[in-house]
Amino acid sequence: MSRSTKETSILDRNILKQRSDQVSLSAFSYIYSELVQYHQSRVSNISELEEKLASAGYGVGFKVLELLAYRSRENKRETRIMSILQFISSIAWKALFGKAADSLERSIDHADEYMIFDYNPVTSIYVSAHQSAADAYISGVIAGILEGAGFTATVSAHAVQLEEGESRRSSIGLPVKKDKAVFLVKFSPQILERDTTLER
Amino acid sequence: TRKSQTAKQHTTSVHYSPLSSNNMSSSQQSPLLFLIVGRNEPLYSAEFGKPPGTPITAQSITRQNFIVMHSALDLVDKSCWVNSNMYLKVVDTVNHQMISTFSTACHIKFMLLHTGKNEDAIKNFFMDVYELYTKLSMNPFYRFDTPITSKQFNARVKAAGRRYLS
Repeated sequence: MSRSTKETSILDRNILKQRSDQVSLSAFSYIYSELVQYHQSRVSNISELEEKLASAGYGVGFKVLELLAYRSRENKRETRIMSILQFISSIAWKALFGKAADSLERSIDHADEYMIFDYNPVTSIYVSAHQSAADAYISGVIAGILEGAGFTATVSAHAVQLEEGESRRSSIGLPVKKDKAVFLVKFSPQILERDTTLER
Repeated sequence: TRKSQTAKQHTTSVHYSPLSSNNMSSSQQSPLLFLIVGRNEPLYSAEFGKPPGTPITAQSITRQNFIVMHSALDLVDKSCWVNSNMYLKVVDTVNHQMISTFSTACHIKFMLLHTGKNEDAIKNFFMDVYELYTKLSMNPFYRFDTPITSKQFNARVKAAGRRYLS
């Protein structure tokens, strides 16, 4: 019996972790730079560019959340703020960028703000100016994950000076970076309320 | 030998399926309603166990099922935040009908209106649909929280329903 050429649908594909999931940095950088240039020619200022890039990442966030939750095989959802942020900074970061985020901190001044640090995000490795604008894509991904999980939040990317003791990471052939990227996550008041209610 | 063969055929046709063994009086199990609910509206619906060619008067029963499902949404929402498991088991009971729910990581809810306790079969059904839903949502052309129109998805969910729920 000869093998019939059956059309394999996406519902047949294996979505568990595979080696072929990895993409080279250069392939990503080429495509991403095209995306940035496309939007750059169609907006009038930097904040609009950030908005466009963030909305590009937003849809990705939902899908990343579903996929990673399925792959973990735990069949559980995150219901608390700390657990979803830890999910993002460790599991999501590892799946997307190959390593966990460098740190997750809670702001002292504002109770509703949290910060995720990354010394060298993939979106701005080859960007010479306005790195935080290029990182808006990642803020969009984070916002998508949070919205998908039921935590409404605004996420923005900023560049913060490296402190004294911190090592300066640099890619081969590129100048040493003077600052690290921080993703500021600000939750809406209802989310904080819900979180404190759940704590009891 | 032919007579014994037909006798064998006759006995196997009276075999009751596991789900309907709870209501011994009716030989026909009541149809199950399965919904996939997004943030605002149902994204998919399917019925299982409905024999083909049911009269139009049965439509009022179907509409009532939808109303029952809709009224259970508040309870589903509440248990989503209290229970961190995806499989939420039975969240509401109305008369003799029960609603079991499964909530994915993105709070897409699979709801099943059924009679009779059958946790294992329902859990397996939900797991199958969960896998299908995850694969569907990986499609870059499928926007999150939009109605599911894929014929393949429909066929597979119906097959899973036939396998586990009847």
